[in-house]
Amino acid sequence: METPKDIYALMAEFETGDALLEAARRAHEAGYRQMDGYSPFPLHGLSDALGFRRTRLPLVTLIGGLLGGGGAYFMLWYASVVSYPINVGGRPLHSWPAFFPITFELAVLGASFAALFGMLALNGLPQPYHPVFNVPEFVRASRDRFFLVIEARDRIFHLGDTRKFLESLQPARVFEVEP
Amino acid sequence: MSVLRPGHTYGSVTDKISSIVQTQQPKSWWIGFAVGFVLLMVFLYATTYLLATGIGIWGTNIPIGWAFPIVNFVWWIGIGHAGTFISAILLLLKQEWRTSINRFAEAMTLFAVACAGLFPLLHLGRPWIFYWLLPYPNTMDLWPQFRSPLVWDVFAVSTYATVSLLFWYAGLIPDMATLRDRTHNRFAQIVYGMLAMGWRNSARHWHRYQMAYLLLAGLATPLVLSVHSIVGMDFAVAIVPGWHSTIFPPYFVAGAIFSGFAMVLTLTIPLRWMYGLHDFVTLKHLDNMAKVMLATGSMVGYGYFCEVFYAYYSGSPYERYVTVNRMLGGYAWAYWLIVVCNAFVPQLFWSRAIRRNVTALFIISLVTQTGMWFERFVIIVTSLHRDYLPSAWHMYYPTVWDIAELLGSIGLFLTLFFLFIRFVPMISIFELRELVSETSGEGEGE
Repeated sequence: METPKDIYALMAEFETGDALLEAARRAHEAGYRQMDGYSPFPLHGLSDALGFRRTRLPLVTLIGGLLGGGGAYFMLWYASVVSYPINVGGRPLHSWPAFFPITFELAVLGASFAALFGMLALNGLPQPYHPVFNVPEFVRASRDRFFLVIEARDRIFHLGDTRKFLESLQPARVFEVEP
Repeated sequence: MSVLRPGHTYGSVTDKISSIVQTQQPKSWWIGFAVGFVLLMVFLYATTYLLATGIGIWGTNIPIGWAFPIVNFVWWIGIGHAGTFISAILLLLKQEWRTSINRFAEAMTLFAVACAGLFPLLHLGRPWIFYWLLPYPNTMDLWPQFRSPLVWDVFAVSTYATVSLLFWYAGLIPDMATLRDRTHNRFAQIVYGMLAMGWRNSARHWHRYQMAYLLLAGLATPLVLSVHSIVGMDFAVAIVPGWHSTIFPPYFVAGAIFSGFAMVLTLTIPLRWMYGLHDFVTLKHLDNMAKVMLATGSMVGYGYFCEVFYAYYSGSPYERYVTVNRMLGGYAWAYWLIVVCNAFVPQLFWSRAIRRNVTALFIISLVTQTGMWFERFVIIVTSLHRDYLPSAWHMYYPTVWDIAELLGSIGLFLTLFFLFIRFVPMISIFELRELVSETSGEGEGE
C-alpha cells in the first residue's frame, strides 16, 4: 500500500451541508475511519455519519460535580464540627440543612469547570498547530463551506484511489493537505 | 414575523456580524462609550474618596446599616439574571428567538454581576480584607459562619460570576475562530487565535461542544434560580419586620428576571438602531421579551399583594406597622412608585401594539428599571428605619457620594459593554448560521 510520507490527508470541499453528510456516509460505507468532517456550525447527524457517537463528557461533568459538592460538604462539616465548633443554644453542630446552599453552589461550580475544560481536553484543545490550516481555502470552514478530510494514516488510504473516490462524491474541489 | 429575516445565507450573516468588530465604529459608539467612561471616572473618584475616608461619607447609619450599596447590589445582580435566563433556560426550552440576543444578554450578565459584586465589598468598610469572607487556613484559626445566608451569598455570587464567564466563553470559542480566519491584521489573528485555542470546526469537536454547552445550560438553570433565592434569604432569614417572609426567594427571582429583561430591552433597542440589526433582532424578539416582562411583572405584583396579606395575617403588630408605614409613612411616595412601575405599567403589554412599539418599549424598560431599583430601596430602607426600638428611628437620606457610586457603577457597566461591542461579536455567529440552516435559508432543512 503506497502512502506518501509528505501528505497528511486529502480534503474535499462541499457547498452544502447535505452534500457533506452524504459524502461522510458514503466514505464510512467505503470503509474509511480516520476522517473528519468540518462545518461552520454543528451539522446535525454529521458525527453519526462519521461513526462517532458517544462521548464521555457527561461522566466527566458528573465527576466534577460530585467532587465539588462532596468537597464542599466535607469542608462545611469539618469547619463546623471538628475545627471550629460553636455551641449556639445547644443546636446540633452538624446542621446539615444550613450546609445545603454552599454544597449546591460548589457542585455546580465543579461540574461547570469539568464540562468546559473536559470538553476542551477531550477535543485536544488548545492545539496551536493543525495541518488542515495548510489549505488556504479551509478558512471558509468557519464561514459557508463544508469539508471532508480523509487522513493518510487510514488503513485503506491510497493517494490515487482515495482522490478518485472523493471526486466521485462531486465535491467543489479536492485538496492535498500537507502535514 | 420570523426570528430571522428571510434571504440570509451563511456568508451574509457571518459578514454582517463580524464586520461590526472589524470596521470603524459609528459615531454613536463613541458617544455611548464616552458617557460610560465619564461616569466610570466618577465611580473611581467616589471610590477613591471612600477608601481614603471610610463609609461615613455615605448616608448609611444605624439602624439603616444597609442602604444604597445593598440596594445597588441587589439591583445589579437581579439585572444579570435575564442573561442567564435567555442563554440557559430558553436554550433548554428550544426557543429559537434566543439565538440573536443570547450573546449580548450574557455579556450584560457578566458586567452586571461585576458591578453587583463591588458593592458588598465597598460596603465592608475595609474592603482590603474581603478575603476574610472566604474559607482558607488562617493564623486567626477562624472559619466563616457557614450557617449565615450572607456567607452563602459569597459562594452564590462568586459561583454565578464564574459559571457565567465559562458559559459565555464556551459560546465564544467558535466565533473567535471565525474572526481569526477572517482578519488580516497579524495582531488580531494572534489574539483571536489564542482565544479560539485552535478550534477548527471539526465534527467530533462540535459533537462534544454541543454536549458541553447543553450541560452548562442545564447547570446554569438551577444556579440562576438559586442565586437570587439566596439573595432573598439574606433578608428572609433576618427577623426584621418586612423581611422575615417565606415569599422572598421566589418573589426576588421573578423581580430579577423582570428587571433583567428590561435591561436587555434598554440595550437591544439602541444596538439594533446603531448597527442596523433589524434582520436579526426583529419585532418578534421585542414582542417576546415584552411578554416575559408581562408575566414576571405580574408575579412581582402578586408578591406585593402577598406581602400586604402576610403582614395582616401574621397578627404581628410590628409586621403590620411596617406595612402601613410603607404605604403611608415618610417613604410612601417610593412605595406607590414601585406599585405603579412594577405591577401596573407592565400590564400595558397585554396590548400587541405596545409590545411592538419600539419607543414605548424603551420607555417602559427604563420605567421598570427605576421601579425595580426603588423596590429594593423600599424593602431595605423602610424596614430598617422603623426597627423594634423607637428611640433609634430616623429617616435615611443618601449623600452625594451614594449617588456618585450608583451613577458610577452604571458607567462601569456601560464602559465594559461598549468595549465588548467593539471587540467581540455581539451576536453568536455560528448559532445564526445554524438558524439560517434550520429556517432553510440555504435549502439545508432536514
